[in-house]
Amino acid sequence: MNEDDVDRIDRNRRHFLTVATAVTGAVGVGFVAVPFLSSLKPSARAQALGAPVEVPLGSIQPGEMIRVLWRGRLVFVLRRDEDMLARLQDAVPDLRDPNSEVADQQPDYTANETRSVKPEYLIVEGSCTHLGCAPLEDFDVRPSESWGGGFFCPCHGSKFDLAGRVYKGVPAPTNLRVPPHRFVRDDLILIGQDTGAA
Amino acid sequence: MARIEAEVGKPQGGFMKWVDDRFPFTETMKAHVTEYYAAKSFNWWYVFGVLAMVVLVIQLVSGVFLTMSYKPAAADAFASVEYIMRDVEWGWLIRYIHSTGASFFFIVVYLHMFRAMLYGSYKKPRELIWIIGMLIFFVLMAEGFAGYLLPWGQMSYWGAQVIISLFGAIPGIGEALVEFIRGDYSISDITLNRFFALHVIVLPLSLIALVFVHIVALHHVGSNNPDGIEIKEHKGPDGVPLDGVPFHPHHTSKDLVAIIVFLMAFTGVVFFAPDMGGYFLEHANFEPANMTATPEHIAPVWYYTPYYAILRAVPSKLWGFILFAIAVVLPLFLPWLDRARVKSIRYRGWIYKSALGIFVVTFVTLGWLGMQPAEGVYVMGARIFSFIYFMFFLLMPYYTTIDKTKPVPDRVTYHG
Repeated sequence: MNEDDVDRIDRNRRHFLTVATAVTGAVGVGFVAVPFLSSLKPSARAQALGAPVEVPLGSIQPGEMIRVLWRGRLVFVLRRDEDMLARLQDAVPDLRDPNSEVADQQPDYTANETRSVKPEYLIVEGSCTHLGCAPLEDFDVRPSESWGGGFFCPCHGSKFDLAGRVYKGVPAPTNLRVPPHRFVRDDLILIGQDTGAA
Repeated sequence: MARIEAEVGKPQGGFMKWVDDRFPFTETMKAHVTEYYAAKSFNWWYVFGVLAMVVLVIQLVSGVFLTMSYKPAAADAFASVEYIMRDVEWGWLIRYIHSTGASFFFIVVYLHMFRAMLYGSYKKPRELIWIIGMLIFFVLMAEGFAGYLLPWGQMSYWGAQVIISLFGAIPGIGEALVEFIRGDYSISDITLNRFFALHVIVLPLSLIALVFVHIVALHHVGSNNPDGIEIKEHKGPDGVPLDGVPFHPHHTSKDLVAIIVFLMAFTGVVFFAPDMGGYFLEHANFEPANMTATPEHIAPVWYYTPYYAILRAVPSKLWGFILFAIAVVLPLFLPWLDRARVKSIRYRGWIYKSALGIFVVTFVTLGWLGMQPAEGVYVMGARIFSFIYFMFFLLMPYYTTIDKTKPVPDRVTYHG
């Protein structure tokens, strides 16, 4: 290559071609990444298995709780008795979000005083909003500890009241999540679906 | 001369020459083994790099054999591990080698990292060696975590639940990210399947690649030594560092002794205390995963507990996650946090010596606190020691500047 040839190199054009090649390549990589990354999302089967579940309520006595699985997640169904409902007000000063103002944690129709469709039945995910451990039920009232009953997470000590509302000063940031649900009949709920609710 | 003789048609140098003409075998062996010069003053702190390689090989070999009998499906995983333990010939041994290897990997790597802190091995010109080493440590943490889910025991399941939930603390994308990691609405068969893929392919391959790069960088700048001086600054007429000896046979023969001692300890645990009283294999993990009940007392395996203690010390989900992440990543910046003019602890003043001593006590104490229940005095202790942990790093630019250092010798010394 003689000096004339060197002079004739169009560096702008060369730079443009380099950038254009790199950008085209990057866009190509971006497109190819889509199917690979999408393959990691919940599959059609996972979505199908995540279908709503029916839970009959007939056998739950007042003050009792049952555990069911919806989408592999633990859901608590607690039938609160009159005492329990009456105590909900007592804990309010110690709660972080007593009025269910964090919108993500429950459907609109349970953003009420009892966090439920029917005051009697509390339906919440049994997954601590801190790091996902399953809270333990602790329904005994202990006035000395100003504990009106609720849930206690054994992992990191978060506490929730009988409406799944989180106490202040614990690591869990928000109330227990209420899954979408509706009453099919008075004694049957569907967890995971709320369309068509009355 | 050699070329002329070769041209007259007589084969010269035999098989090795044939190979070397096509692949730089002899040249590579010389550069990295027989003519790689490392300081003759290495002490026993310098065996942990080689030991880490030994554990890596142990894990790769035992892991390959485990995959031949293990089933990465939620319905079968727990039973297949029991099958390995009871029905596969010597399966119990292979599994205990692998589970013990995991803990020994961290023991060796923590000591290897501590050696770097003792002798300033991360300081210029070895910053990149340190950074690559920290990346190895991060991948190793991920590898251990992914592997821990595979037996599908109670601790596997709930440990994964807690750690994956951590990512949910990230504002905005948190929940979506958690679902993406799990590939499902909860930790399920799908999660187990992909963690298996990560554990046996993605992460080990990354680990091997990073170890390779770690050693390339090390051999480019040369190994540090207990005096923290550059042996390349004093070379003999033959161009060989005066204080250096060839890695092979000098350091390899010494390392062989270390490997033997290491294997004695290793097999001792494998045969006599494979669960190490619940520290290497947690007792709750002998029960199959149960989605409806968290174990009463949940703690990660010992090698994560210092960071776990920091996580739990913070009464806020987001800040707990942030401080946890910072605590893990912070040592990456040591080459720039440490402003001392000398590398080795031998020539540093009392301030750094005390700081490092306090740091070791802090790290071990945090590790212990991370295993205790999250209540009362333990949480308060975790807060105090977390604070000291961060101060060790954050105040380092200050205290290493004011610390009095001693003059560094030109040539290596022996301190017994």
